[in-house]
Amino acid sequence: MREVAIVGIGMTPVDEHWDKSIRELAAEAVLLALEDAQRESVDALFVGNMLSGLISQQENLGALVADWTGLRYTEAIKVEAACSSGAAAVRQALIAVASGYIDSAIAVGVEKMTEARGSEVTAALATAADADYEVAHGVSFVALNALIMQRYMHEYGWQHAHFAPFSINAHANALTNPYARLREKIDEQDYAKAKMIAYPINLLDASPIGDGAAAVLLVPRETLRKNGKPIIKIAGSAAATDSIAIHDRKDPLWLRAAEISAKKAFSQAGVGPKEIDFFELHDAFSIMSALSLEACGFAQRGQGPRLALEGQITLKGKLPITTMGGLKARGHPVGATGVYQIVEAVLQLRGAAGENQVPDAKIGMTQNIGGSGSNIITHILVRE
Amino acid sequence: MEVPRHWRLRKQRYGLVGEACPHCESKLFPPRDVCPECGKDAREPYQFSGRGEVYSFTTVYEPPTGFEEYAPYTVALVKLEEGPMVTAQLTDVNSKDVKIGMPVEMVTRKIRTDGDERGMIIYGYKFRPVLQKS
Repeated sequence: MREVAIVGIGMTPVDEHWDKSIRELAAEAVLLALEDAQRESVDALFVGNMLSGLISQQENLGALVADWTGLRYTEAIKVEAACSSGAAAVRQALIAVASGYIDSAIAVGVEKMTEARGSEVTAALATAADADYEVAHGVSFVALNALIMQRYMHEYGWQHAHFAPFSINAHANALTNPYARLREKIDEQDYAKAKMIAYPINLLDASPIGDGAAAVLLVPRETLRKNGKPIIKIAGSAAATDSIAIHDRKDPLWLRAAEISAKKAFSQAGVGPKEIDFFELHDAFSIMSALSLEACGFAQRGQGPRLALEGQITLKGKLPITTMGGLKARGHPVGATGVYQIVEAVLQLRGAAGENQVPDAKIGMTQNIGGSGSNIITHILVRE
Repeated sequence: MEVPRHWRLRKQRYGLVGEACPHCESKLFPPRDVCPECGKDAREPYQFSGRGEVYSFTTVYEPPTGFEEYAPYTVALVKLEEGPMVTAQLTDVNSKDVKIGMPVEMVTRKIRTDGDERGMIIYGYKFRPVLQKS
């Protein structure tokens, strides 16, 4: 197996892109990544996407995006793993390049969500859950997370207000990220008063949907020469699954797949939670931030909110998270999100994160969660 | 088009029929062919009592397509007395009165209508607070 480096990144702002179709969004990110890497082609293209069939009535995205980016005839497929489709595409590209079968690959995550009405998007997102035994009972994706959060608060004694720092931090960081969907500051009062969606989850616990695409270009590390520019390597990459229905989990309050994939990624990279300089976690809902921090070993069981309450998760804290706004405020274009996280991690490691820069960031971690915890992919990136 | 799916799931939706693993005696709902507890074959049907308690609950104000006319409604994770957990709506109860740990029992109720007035009416399990014997 060869070491793999990220030499190109590209992304569109997360927004309501009424003027752009799914192919145009994906193409924009791919072309930016090619330009950033100063290349004209790659050997393979992996498109991470969840909802194109349901929302844009368009599948076969691999060939479509290849054709629309001047890569016609290039090997290309779509990779689907619910909300973790983006990181799944990056991992497939990584495996392809590391194996030696492919010498360069682009992973692009793309989602076009404003093509349908709100309730249709809600129904489409619910396809990440168990159709026969969860969704058939009228459970939305938000409701599934609400079931987890309600029990979590009951079991560990947290109040709703204790989760506020997660959303406040995400919004504060998005303020200076030009690619973020929600560039507005919020405070405790806004959080407490936000519209209820599914108790205890309100609008400021939940990440907004949006249109967007992000891409990374991977090549073998051995093909790169040191020329003053930092080399960003993928030092750890691991994926794990759990039951897709929450009711089938051994412990609904523990993200076992996060624990497994994080442990594997730590071991591959030869680091532990203490060495991580920043963590792009999957804050689709504030409860997911807490569970992810616990499962990855950054917090004790049931103590996820404490890190946030102590101010450790801000850009100046011990473990900055969601440094560019996270899903909560950068936005959550579902199948693109995992690639946005990795693009943002590369910006941090290149020292190119502008006002959001984590000082002297050398080791970054990203974690993309599919479903309500059923498919979890962890990456650790290192600046050489 | 829900007809084949609903027909296929009728024993589960009307009768809460799952499986008992002959190897480790775990009770499974929904039925599946490999026991998640011991990894061996599990193919013996087992009918659950329908009694359990609320593990967690929430009220849905923004429902997915097909459920708009029923919102707001309360859904719960119900821990069955035989062990497994199921996701289902709560019924015959005001959402304000629902508590974690509350004993509930299965009843058959209308879940929703499939499509327009010519569509199939889908019935299935919901759970209500256990009725006191008079």
